[in-house]
Amino acid sequence: MEYLNIVFQEVYKIVFLLVPVLVSVAMIVWLDRRVWAFVQKRQGPNVVGPFGLLQSLADALKYIFKEIIIPSSSNKVIFILAPIVTMTLALIAWAVIPFSATQVLADINVGILYLFAVSSLGVYGIIMGGWASNSKYPFLGAIRSAAQMVSYEVSIGVIIINVLLCVGSLNLNDIVIAQQNMWFVIPLFPMFVIFFISALAETNRPPFDLPEAEAELVAGYQTEYSGMMYAMFWLGEYANILLMCAMGSILFLGGWMSPIDVYPFNLVPSAIWLILKILLLFILFALVKAIVPRYRYDQLMRLGWKVFLPLSLIWVVLTASYLFYFNLLPVN
Amino acid sequence: MNISRFFKTIFMTDFIGGLFIAIKELFKSKKTINYPFEKGKISPRFRGEHALRRYPNGEERCIACKLCEAVCPAQAITIESAQREDGSRKTTRYDIDMMKCIYCGLCEESCPVDAIVQGPNFEFSTETREELYYTKEKLLDNGDRWENVLEANIKADNIHR
Repeated sequence: MEYLNIVFQEVYKIVFLLVPVLVSVAMIVWLDRRVWAFVQKRQGPNVVGPFGLLQSLADALKYIFKEIIIPSSSNKVIFILAPIVTMTLALIAWAVIPFSATQVLADINVGILYLFAVSSLGVYGIIMGGWASNSKYPFLGAIRSAAQMVSYEVSIGVIIINVLLCVGSLNLNDIVIAQQNMWFVIPLFPMFVIFFISALAETNRPPFDLPEAEAELVAGYQTEYSGMMYAMFWLGEYANILLMCAMGSILFLGGWMSPIDVYPFNLVPSAIWLILKILLLFILFALVKAIVPRYRYDQLMRLGWKVFLPLSLIWVVLTASYLFYFNLLPVN
Repeated sequence: MNISRFFKTIFMTDFIGGLFIAIKELFKSKKTINYPFEKGKISPRFRGEHALRRYPNGEERCIACKLCEAVCPAQAITIESAQREDGSRKTTRYDIDMMKCIYCGLCEESCPVDAIVQGPNFEFSTETREELYYTKEKLLDNGDRWENVLEANIKADNIHR
């Protein structure tokens, strides 16, 4: 009985976390399309519900009623597993995101490592989908995606080392609390910019959307998918984008803390602050999508390996020496 | 790579400039219209759905001269005619295959009595193919429904002819 109680409590918590995440993913798709349209002076989706807010629900309904086509030459088990893996991995990462000092599903000590590991695993869904389709465009898309995600993961890892040097803990709540006096975006601004660009590449957003470059690869790894399986890829992708925004706001923008600790601001619940920061980063994501052309593949690789990796490594050395010289290293 | 280009790349000035332009455009008025609720302006010469007009006393204009049938490049019009009891020649059948029609407006041009016209309506999509075989009744019905607009359009365009 005791055991069941714990299980129910945990399930309740998980549902309470995942339902808002999924709803916000749907809303964020709408926001993305709307911002994109507004920059291009179009209307964007504005028919379903107030301001078109329910557009994603209508889309989801459409996907549910569409036929799921499984190519006869595909590897069926992996083909079906791929979108499930993508979406699951995009959702389980939310377990460690702290919405306030206490509101976190799993307050583990290696939170940032877990986050990093899960977002790295995300590439498996794409590779599996591309390979199992047994078709040329999905395969090429998957290869591109794998190479791209691996390359940019390296620089994201080094950027995280920068932050960790300043914090001295892998716990996400500790990282947030360490930014009490100054958000890391100020001393580590170049790293924030590189993190943002790497996050764009990591989530296959323009200008790094080569895996699904429609002009050359049809739809990349999603080409053979239809119906709900396609929708799951799509949900997973946007959940990943939200996750990257959350990661960026926790690492650099002070997570759930209010920007200034004065009277009207510190009354606002801390979860609201985190959501606002995620939203800010996401609007930046959406604006970038609207204004940049797609990178060429060799430019993408050059940027990842020859620019971002050396830059972030140099910055690690700079941060470490600065902290060591002024005796600011965090000691636990 | 020269030095100014290097600094441009490092500080991403072009990108940030683009970002500010995007933010500025974000708040400008939209160039597209909210289609089913608001519609763009249509010229009086617009060649939309066909209609057969009547004289104000209710008599059909069409005299079954079959000029439109002859001129139609897509051969979408089929006309059969017969003499009525009062001696006037009228159509017994006036069919337009709206799927063959290319909306060139030649039928309208050729008509000596302004009977067959193309109105301003372009929203007549149907769910079945059969509904797009327009008969004489359908066309006359269109004429009755759009008469005010059609008359105004012909008047507006008349000075240019």
